[in-house]
Amino acid sequence: MYSFDIERPTTIADAVAALGSDEAQALGGGQTLIPTLKQRLAAPAKLVSLSGIAEMQGVCVADDGALCIGGATPHAVVAREAAAAYPALAALAGQIGDPAVRNRGTIGGSLANNDPAACYPAAVLASGATIVTNARSIAADDYFDGMFGTALEEGEIIVEVRFPVPEAASYQKFLQPASRFALTGAFVAKFADGVRVAITGAGEEGVFRWSEAETALSHEFRPDALMDLSVSADGMIEDLHGSKAYRAHLVKVMTARAVAAAAG
Amino acid sequence: MPKDGGIGASTKRREDVRFLTGQGNYTDDINIAGQAYVHFLRSDMAHGRINAIDTAAAAAMPGVVRIFTGADFEGIGGLPCGWQVTDRFGEPMQEPAHPVLAQGKVRHVGDPIAAVVAETPEQARDAAEAIVVDITELPAVVDMRAALAEGATKVHDDLKSNLCYDWGFVEDNREAVDAAIKGAHHVTTLELVNNRLVANPMEPRVAVGDYNRATDEHTLYTTSQNPHVIRLLMGAFVLGIPEHKLRVVAPDVGGGFGSKIFHYAEEAFCTFAAKACNRPVKWTASRSEAFITDAHGRDHVTKIELALDEEGNFLALRTETLANMGAYLSTFAPSVPTWLHGTLMAGNYKTPLIYVNVKAVFTNTVPVDAYRGAGRPEATYQLERVIDKAARELGMDPIALRRKNFVTEFPYATPVAVEYDTGDYVATMDKLEEIADIAGFADRWEKSQDDGKLRGLGVNCYIEACGIAPSNLVGQLGARAGLYDAATVRVNATGSISVMVGAHSHGQGHETSFPQVVAEMIGIDPSQVEIVHGDSSKIPFGMGTYGSRSIAVCGSAMVRATEKIINKAKKIAAHLMEASEADIELKDGQFTVAGTDKSVAWGDVTLAAYVPHNYPLEEIEPGLEETAFYDPANFTYPAGAYACEVEVDPETGKVTICSFAAADDFGNIINPMIVDGQVHGGIGQGIGQALLENAVYDENGQLLSGSYMDYAMPRADDVPFYVVDHSCQTPCTHNPLGVKGCGEAGAIGSPPAVVNAVIDALQRAGKDVSHIDMPLTPARVWAAMNG
Ligand SMILES: Cc1cc2nc3c(=O)[nH]c(=O)nc-3n(C[C@H](O)[C@H](O)[C@H](O)COP(=O)(O)OP(=O)(O)OC[C@H]3O[C@@H](n4cnc5c(N)ncnc54)[C@H](O)[C@@H]3O)c2cc1C
Repeated sequence: MYSFDIERPTTIADAVAALGSDEAQALGGGQTLIPTLKQRLAAPAKLVSLSGIAEMQGVCVADDGALCIGGATPHAVVAREAAAAYPALAALAGQIGDPAVRNRGTIGGSLANNDPAACYPAAVLASGATIVTNARSIAADDYFDGMFGTALEEGEIIVEVRFPVPEAASYQKFLQPASRFALTGAFVAKFADGVRVAITGAGEEGVFRWSEAETALSHEFRPDALMDLSVSADGMIEDLHGSKAYRAHLVKVMTARAVAAAAG
Repeated sequence: MPKDGGIGASTKRREDVRFLTGQGNYTDDINIAGQAYVHFLRSDMAHGRINAIDTAAAAAMPGVVRIFTGADFEGIGGLPCGWQVTDRFGEPMQEPAHPVLAQGKVRHVGDPIAAVVAETPEQARDAAEAIVVDITELPAVVDMRAALAEGATKVHDDLKSNLCYDWGFVEDNREAVDAAIKGAHHVTTLELVNNRLVANPMEPRVAVGDYNRATDEHTLYTTSQNPHVIRLLMGAFVLGIPEHKLRVVAPDVGGGFGSKIFHYAEEAFCTFAAKACNRPVKWTASRSEAFITDAHGRDHVTKIELALDEEGNFLALRTETLANMGAYLSTFAPSVPTWLHGTLMAGNYKTPLIYVNVKAVFTNTVPVDAYRGAGRPEATYQLERVIDKAARELGMDPIALRRKNFVTEFPYATPVAVEYDTGDYVATMDKLEEIADIAGFADRWEKSQDDGKLRGLGVNCYIEACGIAPSNLVGQLGARAGLYDAATVRVNATGSISVMVGAHSHGQGHETSFPQVVAEMIGIDPSQVEIVHGDSSKIPFGMGTYGSRSIAVCGSAMVRATEKIINKAKKIAAHLMEASEADIELKDGQFTVAGTDKSVAWGDVTLAAYVPHNYPLEEIEPGLEETAFYDPANFTYPAGAYACEVEVDPETGKVTICSFAAADDFGNIINPMIVDGQVHGGIGQGIGQALLENAVYDENGQLLSGSYMDYAMPRADDVPFYVVDHSCQTPCTHNPLGVKGCGEAGAIGSPPAVVNAVIDALQRAGKDVSHIDMPLTPARVWAAMNG
């Protein structure tokens, strides 16, 4: 680690101001950023901790029925407090990493980082959630921008994520054996006006919607509806833990399992 | 009362109180006033020629005490290799130099180029980043076959080739084996990879060097399994420090699994730098550093052929192995694929003809050396896999085929030089069939079938040669060290006992089990006995802990020393009771005169030894302290039979271990709970190797699985609740305790059981799959099913 300054603002406005200075970076739960600093792969001059900002904490249900999660809310809190309103999302949060990671890691940090194998991006994209920042609201479909890429501007903070709650949903994660991130994960969300399917862990461009499956499942919400679909291996990730073909295969298997679980 | 805590009692581990409450004293807990910190600048390329190293800017950085490079170690010894293998033509192996800091070339990612000593770890690291190294990258030698090809780039320019040795065993059997295989009714052939592993002890390596200018004494605190071996190697071969001026301390050590046997560059560096800088110097490895500097394990590529007759009798066995040595010869590396591997190829079977060929190869990778089992897991894996394959090819039951070929008479001289003193392989297999409920498998298979899962059963046997072993024998085989062990039993005036042992405990529970033996012999409470280990200035010259040798070799030394104590104490007791020494009996801590009601307590006798007012001073010396060195007559041969049941998910290829049963024969057992724990841990590591762990290099010699993001360690939910039984006991015939050792069995015996089970599951499902290389990851199993 190189040395750095740290600020602990208590309001979003102060945080935005602090992030305005040169080489400042937001610190969520630090579960990605701190290891990166320890390996000296990043050298911010100043870290701005978001964990002391009360308005960015917690889970609530808005008047329109959307589930709102503060941008600095740890996974463990989501796992607990979203369980009644959006069980599939709570279950996803409860499967991230280990207890230490869940008690520190935050939804905002996860979405800002957009790791291609992370879990939350699948939920956000499949739910058609809205990312609310200090400056604007970004629709999920406009937010993710390739591996580790997002629509966030320099210094922009995710203050809240608003999830429309589907009629039925499930996230099925096939574990990468070492990291236990998603080797391939499928989030299926069934709304009154159709089904959305988001796949994480598999695509070279990060999380993506599997539109053929959405069409088929919107027509008939059963695992069998996927039977005739095939997933191309093109554009899939290939690494120590699985080939492109294996990931393409898992996309279908995990989606079918998610449908089975959601239709339950 | 004594019996409760004596031999055979499952006493809870007394050391766990301090470990589990954060009160252990590990090397990193040792901080000496004025200590400076070292950071090693390590090569990030696998192979390169160093043209120049510019340390000027770095030396001017804040807090820098001094920067060292290979030039500072010119004329100083390199890291020695402790075992010389003679090849099949009678020539010694090729043995490259292994400098403390790179000289001229770097040969693996992680090879140390320079070392910065500074006031803080951060300053040392900052300065290391400012060192400018002018280096020309050379092609990396990674694949073993390519390394041996004509014209391959050489890892060591001054050697003839990348071949360390070409070893044949038993060379005289070669032609007979070839002929038997040629004429056989059936030959089963299998090519397999024994995957490279990273040991990953919980505690990374640490070294603290200290030097006392006033007395010219050096002290090295280090994470070692064998402080005396380090003192000998480092003192005599690297730094030229005489033993009486060098103290090596291995305090609490958080696991080793073999990787902390060896003498590492960082130990020599910290010892050297402490004198050069006149400051204590500390190095603590990061986990990332551990991945690229701790000796790796396994990494064999093998072709094995088993010849059988019509009835399934084994006729001959032939193996050809390429064994990766990595870039340098780690301390005991050459012995692992040879004497710890070839000698085990008979397994539990009476195969009359065996020939083992091993080519050891230098590559631009981290050095490979002993890892839990060391050579024996590699032998067991190939043998038990080829037997399974043969059973399938011949349409025989794999258990029946094994039973048919078991060695049943002991002692048994194998065709690969070793003689098994005792064993009962039928008994362990019977026990296994019972505890694993092999008969109920068909029902469980049906049930899995109903759940859409492919169930399989894998069974195998293993034998290991432990308690390494007679010094004169290992000397003939090329060892450059003796392999006895030593113990000093110091009885204190009031009767409590300190036992100084050469064995080192880094998770094995010696502090609990060793006192059980002494307490049993004397008949006192084990809490009166304390084990001292790990400090070369306190303990006799013993050889440390590896190869499941502690209780068999060092425990035997402790028994011998305790016998001397008891003999002397009886003399004192006889004097106190005015009786004849021959009539004195010791039971439950009381000396009695046979046939009388006269007695004196243990404490009365020990007090008399140190306050010798009424004492036979003309016959014996005062005091009660004895040392014994024990050199065993043979290896010990623990053996057993293991069974694993798995379910394979046909959609994803994921393997789930449903059950794992182990029937082991460890001879006599001191603490059954500790033995269970050793077996549990060993099986856990074996399952890790079989399903999860893999150290993978790319073609440029970069370690792709260099962190826990990609190197999969077994977690609690990867392993089942084990069924472990060690009630089959054929005591070792040649050591006083009748013990065989249990530390490595689990890791040796379990990988083939897992792989056999997966292949069984796939074949029962009609898949034409006869082998999958470890680790059997979901992706590999799926690819095999759909290949
Ligand atoms: C052992 C381990 C296992 C894990 N397993 C999983 C898993 O299974 N699935 C999974 O999805 N994830 C997993 N993670 C990742 C973890 O869940 C965190 O969510 C993730 O590391 C980032 O969240 P954080 O709050 O820790 O962010 P930080 O590490 O603090 O920050 C990450 C990045 O986001 C930026 N940032 C942080 N908060 C905000 C914000 N509110 N607005 C804008 N930018 C912000 C930071 O500047 C930084 O660039 C794992 C992590 C570890 C260490």
